[in-house]
Amino acid sequence: MADSMVERGTALLRKLEINVAEAEKRTGKNTVNMQETYTVYLIEIRPAETEGGTPAAPDTLWRRYSEFELLRTYLLVTYPYIIIPPLPEKRAEFVWHKLSADNLDPDFVERRRVGLENFLLRVASHPVLSNDKIFFLFLTEEKGWRDAVLETGFQDKADSRLKSLSAMFRVKNPDKRFTALKQYSDELNSIISQLLRIRARVADRLYGVYKVHGNYGRVFSEWSAIEKEMGDGLQSAGHHMDTYAASIDDILEEEEHFADQLKEYLFYTDAVRSVCRKHELIQYELEMAAQDLVQKKQQKEELATGTVRIFSLKGMTSKLFGQESPEQKESRLAALEQSIQEGEETVKEKNTECQEFVRAAWDDIERFKEQKDKDLREALISYAIMQISMCKKGIQVWSNAKECFSKM
Amino acid sequence: MSISAPKGLASSGQKPITEILHPLSAAEEPLSPGPDVTVSGGRDKEVGLTNGTPVETPSPASASVLFNRLHLDDDLDPDTRDPYADTETHDLFVTVDDPKKHVSTMETYITYRVSTKTSRIEFDLPEYSVRRRYQDFDWLRTKLEDSQPTHLIPPLPEKFVMKGVVDRFSEEFVETRMKALDKFLKRVADHPVLSFNPHLNAFLSAKDLNKRQGLALLTKVGESVKSVAGGYKLRVRPPEFCALGEYLDTFNQKLGTIDRIAQRILKEQSEYLTELREYGTVYASWAGSEEELQRPLEGVAGCVTTCCGALEDMSENMSQDFLPVLREYILYIESMKNVLRKRDQSQAEYEGRLEAAVLRKQEDRTPIPAEVEKCQDKMECFNADLKADWERWQSNKRQDFKQLLTGMADKNVTYYEKCQAAWESLITVLQDKQTEDKTSETN
Repeated sequence: MADSMVERGTALLRKLEINVAEAEKRTGKNTVNMQETYTVYLIEIRPAETEGGTPAAPDTLWRRYSEFELLRTYLLVTYPYIIIPPLPEKRAEFVWHKLSADNLDPDFVERRRVGLENFLLRVASHPVLSNDKIFFLFLTEEKGWRDAVLETGFQDKADSRLKSLSAMFRVKNPDKRFTALKQYSDELNSIISQLLRIRARVADRLYGVYKVHGNYGRVFSEWSAIEKEMGDGLQSAGHHMDTYAASIDDILEEEEHFADQLKEYLFYTDAVRSVCRKHELIQYELEMAAQDLVQKKQQKEELATGTVRIFSLKGMTSKLFGQESPEQKESRLAALEQSIQEGEETVKEKNTECQEFVRAAWDDIERFKEQKDKDLREALISYAIMQISMCKKGIQVWSNAKECFSKM
Repeated sequence: MSISAPKGLASSGQKPITEILHPLSAAEEPLSPGPDVTVSGGRDKEVGLTNGTPVETPSPASASVLFNRLHLDDDLDPDTRDPYADTETHDLFVTVDDPKKHVSTMETYITYRVSTKTSRIEFDLPEYSVRRRYQDFDWLRTKLEDSQPTHLIPPLPEKFVMKGVVDRFSEEFVETRMKALDKFLKRVADHPVLSFNPHLNAFLSAKDLNKRQGLALLTKVGESVKSVAGGYKLRVRPPEFCALGEYLDTFNQKLGTIDRIAQRILKEQSEYLTELREYGTVYASWAGSEEELQRPLEGVAGCVTTCCGALEDMSENMSQDFLPVLREYILYIESMKNVLRKRDQSQAEYEGRLEAAVLRKQEDRTPIPAEVEKCQDKMECFNADLKADWERWQSNKRQDFKQLLTGMADKNVTYYEKCQAAWESLITVLQDKQTEDKTSETN
């Protein structure tokens, strides 16, 4: 999949080759001054292949998972209309029992390394994200990067944005396309979760089937000891049974790659949902602004004509305590006029913002849909290829066993 | 409720009984079977047992003939002895097929058609076709055991089945039982001594097998050889029979283990199958919410379903063909152990009587009575019969297990082949679409 991303050819990828080459364990003191063990990942940057020259030595730096998380949060806040590629999972989930759920397990670390590389390549191949300065610094500035990110002030935007996103609000005129997209995204999330859960169970069961065959190996060996003519055939067949039982470990390890591909899109659905929610928020803000403007205009009309159509405390108090003076009324009208103008500006801005958002988001959504279709189709093809390979191994082993039996 | 084609016969290869050229029907055919009735082609697919021991002419058993046979056995090198080489006169062919359900006011039961083709003079007719039920087979076996106590009688499938747990009238159960009965009868018919037993004759030919009545009229061959339940205890078992006993014990153990493993595999496969089915349905359901991916996802769901079907076939086969044969051999071992015990008895009796007679002779000069010699004869007869049967049993066992295990391996290969084919056809479909897209992109 890395190859196809490079193919898509952003300016960045035309210049650079990006790898996450290694993973290493480190220990150090954390923020509460306690010893902790964590893993760091080596990022390698090389200038892209030039004709005929020897490949240059890479620039390298080390990053830990939390830094990747920081980068992603920055991108989420800075590009709310883009479906931001997801990171590989923090903790192993959807595991079948023999696979370790331990974060320090070397197989898990290795799969995470691949996932992080994938993440970087996804960002680097994105038409918008690849041009981001902070991303570039992430790849090139080991020390100064954290400060640079914080200097952008994205944290403030993050806080307010995140707060609003979690709040409950309803949009009066939802954009049908976004509604449909959110629904699709939720369905996809649910289906892929189900698929991953069942796949883990299937893997568990298949493991059991293969491993029990190993018992044949032992009993055939024991049996061969009391036989004369049948002995050799049984013994060799027993060895093949052992081979068969052992083969499942590699087969299932390979299948984890397919699960990782599914997981990426599972996490992608969260990013899609996030864009939809952001759109809702902007839409909501626009609607609120428009509603506010309408209210103010009505207030002005009432003040000007003296009719009270809507209940207001001011209106009531003036009724109770008498009308205000013409000067007061004049200044109030002027203030309202001002407010209305500002309101109209706001509505215009919000409208533009909304339209811009919709245009940019929908661009990215179309790009994402194509990417998703292509990636998942390829994933299914490689899954089928894995199945074929498993079948071939099975045929091989059992054919060998059959030959041994026929020589008994 | 009849099955499709009658099964092939033990010594005659692939042809069903109805197609076999009867030895007496073709004028030019000598009594020794020609090419049509022997096992020629199809070496890979043995249908049943073969006779290991060559017999020149069929004749009633007698001690001297038995000794001769033993002698012959020793001469032959087991490896070069080709079980398919026609060194014997095959003149008794039996088949069990065509199960039918009978419902009467008293009970419901199954009968099977037992077909016989023979050129033996002991039979009045060259062909017979009778219907028998399990009870009748059980009767035959008991009679054989009683009348030929020195010989190993092949086992029958289990008599009792738990009502409610197993459906006695289900197609699978009946089919499995019928195959075992067929095997039983073929083994008896192939045995150089048992096949001449008059009870077998009656079983195969009598219109109405009336057990209560006078089969007492038939002379029971070897009645004199019947051992008396002694009070005699065996002191030392000869080494060759010790080895035999040990072998049986170990073999029994190993078969039990294999049975347990096979059952465990079936259980794991069944659970795997359940999960796999659900797995397939999720893909199908996913296809419903996709456009471009709909066909690939449906394709995957289809492949998974195909694999489920293939797995089901294999599991069914294992439980219907593999396990019953294993269990049958466990019963066979029990039979063999029984015969061994009876042999021990006869040895014990002889030694006991001899000892008593020797003591009496020492006391009052009474000569060794004739019965003691008879006992010795009996024991030696027993030993010879047992050895002969043991050899043939070993040879048949080898063939049976070769067939059984090759069959198991073959079924597994077939399963994987089916699955591979399904996935390969899916890839072709998926990749075609890809090249389609690519060409439309470049256009």
